[in-house]
Amino acid sequence: MAKMHVSTTINGEPTEFLCDATDTLLDALRGPLGLTGSKEGCATGDCGACSVTVDGRLTCSCLMLAAEAEGREIGTIEGLSQGGKLHPLQQKFLEMAALQCGICTPGFLVASKALLDRNLEPTETEVRYWLAGNLCRCTGYDKIVHAVLETAAEMRGASR
Amino acid sequence: MTSESNVKWIGKNTIRPDGADKVTGRAAYAADATMPGMIWGKILRSPHPHARIRSIDTSKAEALPGVKAVMTSADFVEFPVDTPVPIGIQDMRWMSRNIMARDKVLFAGHPVAAVAATTEKIAEQALELIEVDYEVLPWVIDVEEAMKPDAPILHDHIRFEGKPSNIAGKLEHTLGDVEAGFAQADVVIERSFRTEPVHQGYIEPHACLVSVSDGKATVWSSSQGQFMVRGMCAHMTGLPQNDIRAIPAEIGGGFGGKTIVYLEPVALVLAMKSGRPVKMQMTREEVFRATGPTSGSVSKVKIGATKDGKIVAAEGTWWLQAGALPGAPIRGPVGCGFAPYDIPNVHTLGFDVVCNRSKVAAYRAPGSPIGAYAVECVMDEVAEALGIDPLELRLRNAAKEGTKAAYGPVFPRIGYEETVRAAMEHPHYRAPLGPNQGRGVASGYWFNAGGESSAQVNINEDGSVVVITGHPDIGGSRASTANITAELLGIDYRKVSVLIGDTSVIGFSNLTGGSRVTYASAMAVTESTREVINTLKARAAKIWGIDPEAVIWENGEARPAGENAGNFEPLTLAEIAAKANSTGGPIGAGKQLNAVGAEGGFGTHICDVEVDRELGIARVVRYTAFQDVGRAIHPAYVEGQIQGGAAQGIGWALNEEYIYDKNGKLDNASFLDYRMPVCSDLPMIEAVIIEVPNPKHPQGVRGVGEVPIVPPLAAVANAIYNALGIRFYSLPMSPPKILAALEQTERLAAE
Ligand code: FES
Ligand code: FES
Repeated sequence: MAKMHVSTTINGEPTEFLCDATDTLLDALRGPLGLTGSKEGCATGDCGACSVTVDGRLTCSCLMLAAEAEGREIGTIEGLSQGGKLHPLQQKFLEMAALQCGICTPGFLVASKALLDRNLEPTETEVRYWLAGNLCRCTGYDKIVHAVLETAAEMRGASR
Repeated sequence: MTSESNVKWIGKNTIRPDGADKVTGRAAYAADATMPGMIWGKILRSPHPHARIRSIDTSKAEALPGVKAVMTSADFVEFPVDTPVPIGIQDMRWMSRNIMARDKVLFAGHPVAAVAATTEKIAEQALELIEVDYEVLPWVIDVEEAMKPDAPILHDHIRFEGKPSNIAGKLEHTLGDVEAGFAQADVVIERSFRTEPVHQGYIEPHACLVSVSDGKATVWSSSQGQFMVRGMCAHMTGLPQNDIRAIPAEIGGGFGGKTIVYLEPVALVLAMKSGRPVKMQMTREEVFRATGPTSGSVSKVKIGATKDGKIVAAEGTWWLQAGALPGAPIRGPVGCGFAPYDIPNVHTLGFDVVCNRSKVAAYRAPGSPIGAYAVECVMDEVAEALGIDPLELRLRNAAKEGTKAAYGPVFPRIGYEETVRAAMEHPHYRAPLGPNQGRGVASGYWFNAGGESSAQVNINEDGSVVVITGHPDIGGSRASTANITAELLGIDYRKVSVLIGDTSVIGFSNLTGGSRVTYASAMAVTESTREVINTLKARAAKIWGIDPEAVIWENGEARPAGENAGNFEPLTLAEIAAKANSTGGPIGAGKQLNAVGAEGGFGTHICDVEVDRELGIARVVRYTAFQDVGRAIHPAYVEGQIQGGAAQGIGWALNEEYIYDKNGKLDNASFLDYRMPVCSDLPMIEAVIIEVPNPKHPQGVRGVGEVPIVPPLAAVANAIYNALGIRFYSLPMSPPKILAALEQTERLAAE
């Protein structure tokens, strides 16, 4: 079967790629695009390791067809730090040891950023429910939730 | 040991050396690797829980365009069942049969053949073209069923008490005389328990990439031990170890489940046959169906105590499912179950029972949570019967220095009592409970492990340092290594890079498992660094023209030992490094050792639950875990281990279980149906670090990672009892089970 041609924007950069009709966006990111920061933990939408944003909306890239990226703005973990400078969430995850093995970390960071983009004053409960689609087996979530709350507080302070 | 007053990096929450890579998506896990010319391997799995393989016809698959290699167990070295081939704690007889069925399939999901093709899709098509002729056999998956006299027998060679049996092994410990002990007791409580298999649940599925050129193999994979991967690949293929280079990729969680191989030897054979690099990665469904959960179990525990709260006798028997091949972790419950207590008369017994499920793999403190679940629930009932506070009962019977454990050792200085006292004094223990809430406590023990570790410490020309160790870092152990090296050398930890060497770079190092890495690699790193310091002092002495004995190392500098040694300006590490060539050449040292004296770890947990009586959902609303860690080298990652272990234990207690359909096939092989705790299921988990230094370790370290999964099963069960007045004797305490129990209680009350 002939490959499909897709024109999209990934982390702000115009990007083109070829894919099969049945490929997921995650397949395309990890395969031809070489963006392996998005992880595959399940391929069924249950772990969030593949989290990306599509036009700003948090999405499991394993549940979306690659062809559907046509004309959209995709955001991945690789776009989180800008000009070599870590995003405050990335910095806080490191400072607060909010990762152990790190396989879930890209997904948590993308999801957390999507939360803070909408709501810079989340409660602990809001953070917990927003991140309920991301599985972490190492940390018990404690330090992740603390890191997100701390980052939000710092970003609020900085924007004041 | 470094004196406390000037400790700079040990005990500091430094940024891990691999941190930036992990938050930017740059860290390379096994599935992230590719190679030019790479093809894809896939595995054909048995649809039957038990069947004889009459024949396998791969000819049609081989003829499919794009298929480059097909293999079966005939392509592996065969290990006869009657001759043990140990490798670490595993046996190649069972390992080899687990990763590729020989003669018989023993569980639904058991590999029978594998294919490598130019695309994943072609490989999948090829699997469908492989024809396997099965003679379907009766099967058994329940541990009690498997022990019945008429049960289907999995292995003809296994005999128990002279008869063909599914009981593959037995372990027993005896201390004192339990009969006599129970005769002295005022209260004796005996209960039976049941647990289901639960999976380690690492988020990264197993994956590897193998390339072979000119007979030399490079294996890139995610595992808890590159030397284990090399060893097992060598055994399975007959290649000498020097022809296999096993490179440890970053690992996305293991919890014991990656202490063995599933894919690497298969990919290696496919790569040898095809002449192409072969990549394999499991789907989540394959991970659930065919990689090790830990055992399900049935058990019976009996504890006798006198009126004044002294335990005089204890007895426990555990029957653990091994899955398809021998190797259930019976050592865990049998050795650890009663270890927190000083009991004069103890008898423990464990049975390793095979059945038609996937072979179990290690899971965090293997077997110990199953032991503690039964023991700590009965302890709660004993405390209630005696009218003694449950922590007070534990304190009165606490094992301490000099206590003889039933499994053999006499404990040196241990910190169990301290965990119980800390729990009693913590505000959590006194905090008021709301409606439908209950509080439970439980303790737990894990042996911890030492074993082989290698390290190399090299001083760079600019005075910065590279440390290489041989253990995959799963939870931040590189940060601990950096802290220790920086502390000993007296330099900033950012000057220390820590790398995990592959099998051709660093000396043999045992698995990342058993809570051994920070413990054992710290010893190898400490010895290497001390030798480096001796060299640095010798070089300074040479520069000054004095005796090396007259030089001391302090705060990252060489100084004359005193007035008599001479009057010289201190020389920094960087200054000595810059002169290395003219003073004798590059500076570095490597040590290889077999670490002994790991010494066990103890924890005590307090759990509050709230039960929704309408829905039967028990939610953990507050959780505090107290643990003696010896010495916390990097406290945040120590806390992280405790919190993560507690969360896994909570999942085990409340929701996780392997569910089989009536055809003997796993029915919930996905993260949707196998319900691990998500962020909104849990509260903050407070980790209280207690430091009773291990006298046998240079920094006082005890293993940390495994203890925290041991107490939660019983802590949650005891909390639910406290909330509802109903005791549950089986796991998980999932909503349907709680609801049914509540309804039954209401019915009985109404009658
Ligand atoms: S890989 Fe997409 S949700 Fe798990
Ligand atoms: S850090 Fe390992 S899964 Fe989250």
